[in-house]
Amino acid sequence: MLELNAQTIVFFVFSLLTLGGALGVVTNRNLIHGAIYLIISLFGGAGLFVLLSAPFLAAVQVLVYIGAIAILIIFAVMLTRSMTQLREVFNGQWWASALVGVLLFTLLIGGVILPVWGNSGTNPNLPVSDLVATTQDLGVALVDGNQYVLPFEVASMLLTAAMIGAIVIAREDD
Amino acid sequence: METQQCINIIETMVPCLVRSGTDPGLAQFLSIIIGVLIVTLMPLVLVILFIWLERKIAARVQDRIGPNRVGPFGLLQNVADAVKLIIKEDITPAGADRLIYNAAPVIAILSVILVWGVIPYSPIHIGADLSIGVVYVVAIGSVGTLAIMMAGWSSNNKYALLGAFRAVAALISYEIPMILALLIPVMIAGTMSMQGIVEAQQGMWFIVSAPIAALIFYISNLAETGRAPFDLVEAESELVAGYNIEYSGMKFGLFMASEFLHSFTANLLFAVIFLGGWSGPFVAQLPLLGFVWLMAKTLVPYIFTLVLRATIPRVRIDQMMAFNWKFLVPIAIVNVLITALVLKIVQTVGLSPSPENATDFVANLPQGLILFATNLFMAFIVLNMLRNQGRRERMADQARMLRTVEQDKQIVPSAAH
Repeated sequence: MLELNAQTIVFFVFSLLTLGGALGVVTNRNLIHGAIYLIISLFGGAGLFVLLSAPFLAAVQVLVYIGAIAILIIFAVMLTRSMTQLREVFNGQWWASALVGVLLFTLLIGGVILPVWGNSGTNPNLPVSDLVATTQDLGVALVDGNQYVLPFEVASMLLTAAMIGAIVIAREDD
Repeated sequence: METQQCINIIETMVPCLVRSGTDPGLAQFLSIIIGVLIVTLMPLVLVILFIWLERKIAARVQDRIGPNRVGPFGLLQNVADAVKLIIKEDITPAGADRLIYNAAPVIAILSVILVWGVIPYSPIHIGADLSIGVVYVVAIGSVGTLAIMMAGWSSNNKYALLGAFRAVAALISYEIPMILALLIPVMIAGTMSMQGIVEAQQGMWFIVSAPIAALIFYISNLAETGRAPFDLVEAESELVAGYNIEYSGMKFGLFMASEFLHSFTANLLFAVIFLGGWSGPFVAQLPLLGFVWLMAKTLVPYIFTLVLRATIPRVRIDQMMAFNWKFLVPIAIVNVLITALVLKIVQTVGLSPSPENATDFVANLPQGLILFATNLFMAFIVLNMLRNQGRRERMADQARMLRTVEQDKQIVPSAAH
């Protein structure tokens, strides 16, 4: 069933990066190291996107998550240097986060295995090359009235509002 | 069949190796490895020449001669410097975070070299013609920020940390106008592939169709690569050397190489995206000539960058951020909106070149001229707004001065009583 070819090996390498990085994030006491592990994990995710023939998502993953979000996390951590040497691994809310984590994990596993949301639309017998959508398809889908134009516009409005809000806060009153 | 086989040296090698008895998979693997090595090593060798060029030009501007002892015209000076860096002692500061400290220079040079993989050197020579070339370039560029951050933090030095803070604040900010400026060539070309963008410029270079976008891209590239007047990352007089202060030996050398290379790579991208890349006379007959044209086109903005670096004073960090957020970003956004609108109108009216005559200069003329006129109009409005704002500020200053003079007059007689 599982054929050992180059693609499988690369898949396992990226999976290892993703999971190992994620494990490093939660077990590491040094926050900067945690952020670096997060970047490794996100990089593994980008690699998985490439394997899924979604290069656009991979590039956006690197650009947005590694290039912006992870950098801002490190930026915030570096400004609070005393936070980099934490003694405790757990804080008082560990049971709440554990609960949420387990719930989400069960939900995802359930959603993948059971057809809760109907057939996911993938046919395992089709060759991958027939399913692959280009970046152009993605762009069209985002502005197509029958597809994802509403979520796209709502997200754009949210981001614009956030940007304007930031400008209003940062603006000096004169 | 003969021409089919000879796509380029690397593709041709596979059938040759297979015929001489190598396993096809291994032959494919070997040829890919060789291709990767060529694309990676070329910039590393070229950077020695760039540093020589930069030192020569800076020396001429400052009325010196520059390197002139080692080799003809001092060309081998940087080879000697590289050897010196390699044999120097490699010091790690006591409080440094070893792993991150050692990984930072590697990531720094990686983030620059990876860009060369998608640069089209000629019609047939390109590392990988990704369908998302432009996004890839921007994404890889943002990884360079990470290297500076890692270096600054792990060195356990306050100047290094301050330099890294400045770098990250500047790099993240200037990414926004850069991406917005890159949207315009992508819109005109209708593709994000680097090869596609160059091919779309066969009839008309994008610097004609989108001069404002080209200017914004150039300015934000100056900031992204930490070039004067935006070289705050390593303001020698304030930060000693910036984020790489604790590094020594070849680790420092890697940072320096990545910095010089980054500047050249940014101008290489400028040449590819706005100056037509490899396109030029006789490229169809001799594709390798495209590489020469590309390098010649890159040298124009690159030498301009070097002269700028030697002649322009450094800006303050608040000026740099204000210039970005209050000037470049708004202009870039408006530029995207207006260009998109005008381009759509031009395409709907039918003035844009059809796919058959896309490489024809005359067919590209209407669209190019309309876009150029739109850009001129936008530049005119922006300059007018700037002039008005400057006048308002001067008037406000004068009014404030007059008020203080009046107040002084009122205060002085009452004090005399």
